[in-house]
Amino acid sequence: MRRDPEDRLAGGVAGGIAAWRGFSPTTVRIVFVVVALVSQGWMIPIYLGAWLLIPARDAETSIGTRARHDSRGIALAVGLASLLCVVLGLASVINSWLINTYGWQQVISVVFLVLIWRNAPDTEQAVMRRLVEPLESLGGGRGMRRGLWWRLVAAVVLLGTGAGWLLAAHESVALLRPLAGLILVTAGIVVLLGPWWLRIARDLVLERSARARAEERADISARVHDSVLQTLALIQRRADDPQQVVQLARAQERELRAWLFEGRTLGDGDATTVVEGVRQIQRDVEARHGVPVEVVTVGDCPLDDDLNALLAAAREATVNAAKWSGASVISVYAEVEPKQVEVAVRDRGKGFDPDAVPGDRKGLAQSVHGRMNRHGGSVTVQSAVGEGTKVTLRMPRSAASAAAKGGSRR
Amino acid sequence: MNSQARALPRVVLVDDHGLFRSGVRAEIGRQVEVVGEAEDVGPAIEVIDRLLPDVVLLDVHLPGGGGQAVITAVKKEHPEVRFLALSASDAPEDVIGVIRAGARGYVTKTISTSDLADAIQRVADGDAVFSHRLAGFVLDAFAAAPSQADVKPSFDPELDQLTSREREVLRLIAQGYTYKEIARELYISVKTVESHVSSVLRKLQLSSRHQLTRWAAERRLA
Repeated sequence: MRRDPEDRLAGGVAGGIAAWRGFSPTTVRIVFVVVALVSQGWMIPIYLGAWLLIPARDAETSIGTRARHDSRGIALAVGLASLLCVVLGLASVINSWLINTYGWQQVISVVFLVLIWRNAPDTEQAVMRRLVEPLESLGGGRGMRRGLWWRLVAAVVLLGTGAGWLLAAHESVALLRPLAGLILVTAGIVVLLGPWWLRIARDLVLERSARARAEERADISARVHDSVLQTLALIQRRADDPQQVVQLARAQERELRAWLFEGRTLGDGDATTVVEGVRQIQRDVEARHGVPVEVVTVGDCPLDDDLNALLAAAREATVNAAKWSGASVISVYAEVEPKQVEVAVRDRGKGFDPDAVPGDRKGLAQSVHGRMNRHGGSVTVQSAVGEGTKVTLRMPRSAASAAAKGGSRR
Repeated sequence: MNSQARALPRVVLVDDHGLFRSGVRAEIGRQVEVVGEAEDVGPAIEVIDRLLPDVVLLDVHLPGGGGQAVITAVKKEHPEVRFLALSASDAPEDVIGVIRAGARGYVTKTISTSDLADAIQRVADGDAVFSHRLAGFVLDAFAAAPSQADVKPSFDPELDQLTSREREVLRLIAQGYTYKEIARELYISVKTVESHVSSVLRKLQLSSRHQLTRWAAERRLA
């Protein structure tokens, strides 16, 4: 389990637990808050402890491991803790309820916070700075804005009244008053810290969308590189063969148009039907190997796992033919029948003697066979030296896919 | 074939691109006798009517009605004139349209010179010429299971479906096999392959299956 620095409000503990257990982070956070309220604030030192001990996703060690070697940090923590103990001791003499009840939690939290603060990497320190920012602004550190005075006054009134009601209610067991007190305290906190929360939320959204944009850009440049630049390179290399140049240019145009205007991706896995899948093989093989692929399809049906395996095998057979056969054109024939789907890949190239297959082709043949057999399909390879090769792949249609479309249409 | 012994087939070219006509004429001028050319529906009908060629090489897409209009007009007067459709596009509805109108075959413009000459000879001999794409279209069109509601059976129900042998032959054509290769693969003679193809052509032209038209219409939308 790792803390998730991408999805965090404070230390990313909730995000980490959510990712680990598969819950939504919001659920985990709500549970945290509820537990914090019920446990008289013990949740806070527990949370800080988790922050300290669980390593972040991209880090190798936890903050705690580093903190062990930070003798000055430990000294500071122990010093602060003992100072706080003295203050608490004094407070218990005055018998202030608020400080007494939360004493140990405060001491432990202070120790953890000091250690985290001193040993966390820069990015996490930035988060902590953001967490203490409102206190700074309350202390006037960042300049008093006009609204702040009003907010302070309102908050003090709300908190004071709320706390008063809450405390008073403990004696007079009236059910509504603690509730009203709770609402007032909450309102006070919202008035005081609301704008700051809003800013944090906005920052998080901005940060996320910036990251999404960066990813999109990387995606586009990867695509341009993979397909467009590759094709341009191929065109330059085959400049003396106008027919192939036209073919490459057309394949690239088709691909770009599909991506730009139809929202289809260029990569694998975007086809949803057998025909689309076969067309994709055609595009890819024409673009990458410069060999025209003649495609004839009969019928169509949606893809499932078995049929994806069939297409993967067909792709290998086609690439194989493009690479090895030396044929000027490869024919791919796909027919969707009610009970099975058949794909035949045929070339009129060199051919080979199936009984004396060279090692490199055997590997490919075996991977085609393996793929098909695992999904209950069959492979027939017909070939003879000088007469080309025909690979016939058959995959029975699963009951579900056959029933979904009844026949073989659309 | 003993095409040397016979007179060369007399051919009329109908295509709206002059460049394409002269190109074809230059390429196949030795294997066939190109007796005339036309670039539009009206002139084409007139030229064919006057010259009565063995084979008309007809572009599917013509200004003023398309190749289908030429076939329909000529067939009324001269049913013996044979048409071979030629197209740059592979839009199934166009292809099925000209075949239903009466063309004896369909090839794409990317066909090689020798294959084109063979195809013309074959049509002149009264056989059908199926390119691999046409074979795919036909299989697709006949594959649809007739839905009971809107099928008006033909007077001859056999027209509505392909035999398993015909299907096999079409499948091999769709995979790019030549007739000779098909004959060897299925242990039958080339003549038998030809007769299967002709029989498919007949079914394609005469079947009253609604699917054929509806299939084409669906394809137009797709």
